[in-house]
Amino acid sequence: MDPDIDPRIGPGIDPGLIGDCVHCGFCLPSCPTYVLWGEEMDSPRGRIHLMGQHVAGTPVTGEMAGHFDACLGCMACVTACPSGVRYDRLIEQTRAVVEREHVRPPADRAVRELVFRLFPYPRRLRAMRLPLRLGTGLRRRIAPALERVSPSLAALADLAPEPVRHRRLPRRVRAVGRRRATVGLLTGCVQGEFFPQVNAATARVLAMEGCEVVIPPAQGCCGALSLHSGRPGQAARFARRTIAAFERAGVDTVVVNAAGCGSTMKDYTGILDGGWADRAAAIRVADLAEYLVELGPVATRHPLPLTAAYHDACHLAHAQGIRSQPRELLAAVPGLELREIAESAICCGSAGTYNILQPEAARELGDRKAERVLATGADLLVSANPGCTMQITAAIRRAGATPIPVAHTAQVLDASLRALREIG
Amino acid sequence: MTDTTGATPVRGPALDRIARRLAAVLPPGAVITDPVRLRTYECDGLTHHRAVPGVVVLPETAGQIAAVVRICNEYGVPFVARGAGTGLSGGALPRTDGVLVVTSRMRRVLEVDLPNRRAVVEPGVTNLAITEAVRPHGYYYAPDPSSQQVCTIGGNVAENSGGAHCLKYGFTVNHVLALEIVTPDGDIVTLDADDPGYDLLGAFVGSEGTLGITTKVTVRLLRAPEAVTTLLAAFGSIEQGGRAVSAIIGGGIVPAAIEMMDALAIEAAEAAVACAYPAGAGAVLIVELDGPAAETALQSAEVERVCLESGAFELRTAADPAERAAIWKGRRSAFAAVGRISPAYIVQDGVVPRTALPGVLASIDRLSAEHGIRVANVFHAGDGNLHPLVLFDDAEPGAAERAEAVSGRILDLCVEHGGSITGEHGVGVDKARYMPKMFTDDDLDTMQLVRCAFDSRGLSNPGKVFPTPRLCGEVPGVRRGAHPLVESGRAEQF
Ligand SMILES: Cc1cc2nc3c(=O)[nH]c(=O)nc-3n(C[C@H](O)[C@H](O)[C@H](O)COP(=O)(O)OP(=O)(O)OC[C@H]3O[C@@H](n4cnc5c(N)ncnc54)[C@H](O)[C@@H]3O)c2cc1C
Ligand code: SF4
Ligand code: SF4
Repeated sequence: MDPDIDPRIGPGIDPGLIGDCVHCGFCLPSCPTYVLWGEEMDSPRGRIHLMGQHVAGTPVTGEMAGHFDACLGCMACVTACPSGVRYDRLIEQTRAVVEREHVRPPADRAVRELVFRLFPYPRRLRAMRLPLRLGTGLRRRIAPALERVSPSLAALADLAPEPVRHRRLPRRVRAVGRRRATVGLLTGCVQGEFFPQVNAATARVLAMEGCEVVIPPAQGCCGALSLHSGRPGQAARFARRTIAAFERAGVDTVVVNAAGCGSTMKDYTGILDGGWADRAAAIRVADLAEYLVELGPVATRHPLPLTAAYHDACHLAHAQGIRSQPRELLAAVPGLELREIAESAICCGSAGTYNILQPEAARELGDRKAERVLATGADLLVSANPGCTMQITAAIRRAGATPIPVAHTAQVLDASLRALREIG
Repeated sequence: MTDTTGATPVRGPALDRIARRLAAVLPPGAVITDPVRLRTYECDGLTHHRAVPGVVVLPETAGQIAAVVRICNEYGVPFVARGAGTGLSGGALPRTDGVLVVTSRMRRVLEVDLPNRRAVVEPGVTNLAITEAVRPHGYYYAPDPSSQQVCTIGGNVAENSGGAHCLKYGFTVNHVLALEIVTPDGDIVTLDADDPGYDLLGAFVGSEGTLGITTKVTVRLLRAPEAVTTLLAAFGSIEQGGRAVSAIIGGGIVPAAIEMMDALAIEAAEAAVACAYPAGAGAVLIVELDGPAAETALQSAEVERVCLESGAFELRTAADPAERAAIWKGRRSAFAAVGRISPAYIVQDGVVPRTALPGVLASIDRLSAEHGIRVANVFHAGDGNLHPLVLFDDAEPGAAERAEAVSGRILDLCVEHGGSITGEHGVGVDKARYMPKMFTDDDLDTMQLVRCAFDSRGLSNPGKVFPTPRLCGEVPGVRRGAHPLVESGRAEQF
């Protein structure tokens, strides 16, 4: 058996969790795939029903697997559900069952293998970026060819952002002024490779707010991508390594600036057992915005005269319930006018590896999101998740609209604290 | 529980042929025949009635629905309309031998006409989406079922749905100005409130999909009121709360809404959404007043006085929309929230005259104790519409039957007190058997005449509303001669 899929999360789908669903349908309008296709099987209620069918003895059919694969894991349904159905757990269990029991068509398998051998490993990702490091012109020329070979590969090339110079972060950043706290910083695989400037900004903001920031160099992927794709074995391995890295660094609070990583790390106790679960419980994980609001500001905010639209990343808004904190931080920047994006609770289609594994649906959702982002007329889009940033930028590029600059909350704060004229 | 037909349908060759014909008149991907997919449509919000549909179609236009209905007519197979599947009476229960017509892809707001205060929408538009479309302009769509974020306007029309605010504003029927429908024969016709002659629009609203399929709805829009005041009053007991309700309405005030929840319902809402209602309350009353600011201020002072006089131990008034939402949160989530305190439950829906409320509630208490089945009560207290939630554990042998018995006895109580077996959730398949408690055979036969006038072959959502198949009806293609009323010259068939 593939050790990556090896079942840590129980042998199957928990019927008790399925039974919690009372079939009221309150989750339907918040589900991106239901919004797109209007089909019961591609709604949370329908997917839970399919899980129930499987538990009752129906084998995983290709159709069934297709509807689970189409789920973005955005957790909007968890927010919407009044009965407290743990859809997050259910879909993790289901994905593991699908990976174990369902044989996918060869082309599908190849793309999935590529993604799982690549993404969670920063060094491999860096190598991969070389071929993707194409000028925009070249990218446009080869896109149709890639599209023919595999829409998934085309999506991958389409997403990779313009290259930025890679700078190594120091192991330790000293607090500016009186030290108020010591925190660890998760650099993340996609964030670290594609958006190193976000990590740099995060470290500076924390330092300027009086935190000593410890950045263990030995950290790798937190396990989020694997967990969300039915590979609990691989996820648990990554989780253990991450915990050990921060333990060695001697921090008990880890600040995370990527939404997907934060929600996975907060759930480590659920994916590990025994001693490892206890060690996970001893480390507090906080999203950057959540942490900064709790800490309270000390550094001076300098004006940034611009309008900004804030994008709710699903793994922040739905999985961690963090909606008000980033808005509060942004609104506190003098001169910055915050605009809301319509349908903010609906996923942009990025969802971890979704835009690579389900390119068509991801593209439709991306286009929908791009349209609503552009409608705000804002100068800047603020997004706290690397996947969303890549996805929305790509959709805006496709729409042929003037690209809107995108920044992480950390970069906006960094610019304001350092009185920069440009966000970088 | 009654598994209406749990088995996978035997898909005869006829259904396959029909599916092919349907595919020819519908866009790609709009015909579902895969058994695993079909099964996800086997029930609506009332999950103990199940039947896997023969075929599911997802049309996008009225023309496509008409074509589907004509094909059903050609083969003599029944069809059932479905919106969001939130119905609580099994109204959208499919037919294993028929076609389920789902409107979930027809969700465009077609026209907003603010000067004339109306909007035209497709049937799959959700109730809340209408309000959201016009809210920026200061308007809203009044009927507000608690399921408003998900239920469709087509379903609302079929069920004549109401909501917390129907005490002052009325039900769906009071807010629909015109309908475009596909008749059971497959014709597209418009029913307009302004049409001279019989009020066919009135007959259609509330017909639960038995008179045809709604394809377009023109709704009335209301101006958002100048002021809204929401009060939450906590009482030691349901009786005290009931007294307050009577005193408020007796005093000539018509609140937009008066809602009551009992201790068990409060417990569930607390578990689900942490609504932080006053601790130790035996009942909470939510009173909402709306209208000109001066008027609501006066009325709200009066309501506060009456509540205190009736024994309220805590009063809260919402000063802004966020506080109002906090008060409503518990009430809105109440049905689904019961899932937190009970593995299974039945949502009952009955009506009693307001004055009979205390007596009926006391009897429900007695029933609950006798059968060892907990009952949580949530109700639109202003118009006596009760929603007892009958809780049970489906894993416990016999519990479901006892719950079913309690639930049925509650309806008996409603009828005995001069009320009705449904306030807003409809009859569907679940309550068809209770119809004879309220109506004589003659009454039911007369209703059937209306039905036959629209649907002579009994193909449109058969098996719902009426207790037994009879007359022109339930067996496709079979007519059993003239109705006794027609034969005796007491009625005419048209
Ligand atoms: C948690 C919860 C709370 C609820 N609260 C309320 C409430 O406060 N007030 C209230 O009135 N109801 C309430 N309901 C019941 C339900 O939401 C309403 O009956 C609603 O109108 C059903 O809409 P739907 O789109 O889900 O219809 P469905 O359940 O899909 O169908 C209901 C009926 O309408 C017919 N139908 C649907 N669409 C069409 C169409 N286009 N043409 C013809 N017939 C059609 C179906 O055949 C069926 O008979 C609640 C339900 C739930 C689960
Ligand atoms: S996680 Fe997102 S995509 Fe998946 S069922 Fe829930 S709402 Fe739909
Ligand atoms: S909202 Fe919750 S209980 Fe209702 S259908 Fe969705 S998952 Fe099930």
